[in-house]
Amino acid sequence: MIYLLSILLFAIGLYGVLVKRNLIKIIIGLSIMEYATFLFFALVGYKKEGVAPIISKGFEEVVFVDPLPQALVLTGIVIGLSTTALLVSIAVRIYEKYKTFDIRKIKKLKG
Amino acid sequence: MQNIPLFVTIPLCAAFLMPILGRFFKNIPDILANSTNLILFFLSLVNIGLPLTVYKVGGWGAIGGIPIGIYMVLDGFSILMLLIINLIAFLVTIYSVKYMEKFTDKTKFYTLFLLMIAGMNGVVLSGDMFNLFIFLEIASIASYTLVAFGTEAEELEAAFKYQVMGSVASGMILLGIAILYSYVGTLNMADAARIIAISGSNKLILFVSSLFLMGFGLKAAIMPFHAWLPDAHPSAPAPISAILSGVLIKVIGVYALVRILFNIIGLTVTFSYILMILAAISMIAGVLLALGQWDLKRLLAYCSISQIGYIILGIGLGTPLGILGGLFHLFNHSVFKSLLFLNSGSIDYSVGTRDLQKMGGLSEKMPITGNTSLIASMSIAGIPPFSGFWSKLIIILACIQTRHFIFAFIAVLDSILTLVLFLKVQRYAFWGKPMINIDKIKEVPKFMSIPMIILAVLCCVMGLLLLPQVRLLVLDPAVEVLKNGLEYSKLVLGG
Repeated sequence: MIYLLSILLFAIGLYGVLVKRNLIKIIIGLSIMEYATFLFFALVGYKKEGVAPIISKGFEEVVFVDPLPQALVLTGIVIGLSTTALLVSIAVRIYEKYKTFDIRKIKKLKG
Repeated sequence: MQNIPLFVTIPLCAAFLMPILGRFFKNIPDILANSTNLILFFLSLVNIGLPLTVYKVGGWGAIGGIPIGIYMVLDGFSILMLLIINLIAFLVTIYSVKYMEKFTDKTKFYTLFLLMIAGMNGVVLSGDMFNLFIFLEIASIASYTLVAFGTEAEELEAAFKYQVMGSVASGMILLGIAILYSYVGTLNMADAARIIAISGSNKLILFVSSLFLMGFGLKAAIMPFHAWLPDAHPSAPAPISAILSGVLIKVIGVYALVRILFNIIGLTVTFSYILMILAAISMIAGVLLALGQWDLKRLLAYCSISQIGYIILGIGLGTPLGILGGLFHLFNHSVFKSLLFLNSGSIDYSVGTRDLQKMGGLSEKMPITGNTSLIASMSIAGIPPFSGFWSKLIIILACIQTRHFIFAFIAVLDSILTLVLFLKVQRYAFWGKPMINIDKIKEVPKFMSIPMIILAVLCCVMGLLLLPQVRLLVLDPAVEVLKNGLEYSKLVLGG
């Protein structure tokens, strides 16, 4: 069930990217998409009543959560940060050139 | 000798040193970038013919048959891709020495360029899903920045479009990796392949493979996902267009897709048909859209889409002959498409325009550019004995051999349309009456003409790669890897 929610969040992000006309809103949509993926990744590693995977005396027998997805999500967040920073800086430069964030008015290229 | 990690570490270190040294010495960036890429090219030549080698980062091997460390795998397919990447990158850096002088900051250009090379080398060497994603992002982010390098209105717009599309693709790929991890519980490609082979195919695997098809298809600009390419590739500086069109879309798109579909998930008949149909659509639509263009670089970018179609068609057939044709065309295309983009850069450098209607008669004034471009055009159009002819011939033969006559027909048709396309380029740019005053136009400096000559010679002699002795060294090991498919996991885990 909770997996479905993160897929739904992914779909909301994708909707934002596809439908919104404002550059900043597109960037926000992309971020939502990224975070949905991270949430899903973190959920994959979760085990019911699991604890942090640190082996010490008296904790040998308990259930540990999978630490690998957490490490991956950390790396993923760093990549996401750099992508967002680059996108925002390009958006700022576009605003300087075109004086608008509206993609309907930014169309020197035919695509 | 274990030189596998050097392919990633050398360009990363050079990229790090570049801004520091570039601050104090004026000529250092040129020398550092060229020597780095020369070393990488030699390293990739040394690797030719090596058997499959596994490098375990930090010495973390397998415990009880389950790999726990990060693996870097060098096999026939990786060797071929490394050769392509580093050959083109080396020639393009020589070209950049003079061409990039019209931009203000060469140091930053080389830094980003080397980061992109490090990312691409990492993608082809990584034996681990998540590292593949990381290296793919390094290469992509560097390429987004390089597309926006001129910071003019069009370039920024193209870069924004490219990056939004690229980020959506990365999101799909990461989601695919997450779902695959939740199913197999490992990130190592070989281990994942082993587990999938045991449990068999099911709906989850199908969903994952379609996510990968979308993600890597967007990066490779296969037809329904192509919209960013004709904007992004022409907007970059010419050397970068050459790398983007010649190498990047193949490495982070075609290579990654093919590696995952063939070696991890296993190619099914359905996916083989999906690949071939997408390829056929790309081939026809790409070349038809290219015919209507008057901007030289935009025309070449559309043409890239149709040529990617050939590669995917060949590999998607799944027969040894088809794979051979696809990989051979991949190699050839990276050579002649880079050459054509460098030619367009030379025209831009000397004439100052990319509009085909404002050129003409350039062949007299710029003999080297004119002749090399003629060779590249004949090669891409598939005229014997140039390289493009042989690879297209093999792909068409492979189509006929498997009784896919429609695809064979489309491939032939596309070849004819490509010929028409490049006759148009030659007619308007190099022959014909000049539309402008061409008296003052000069040939480009030596630094720019030498790489073009080398690439043109390669276009002429690449057909020799099909000779049995040479094929045994370069192309056959790569075909072997894809043909054996799921054998990959046994070889990696065993070695």
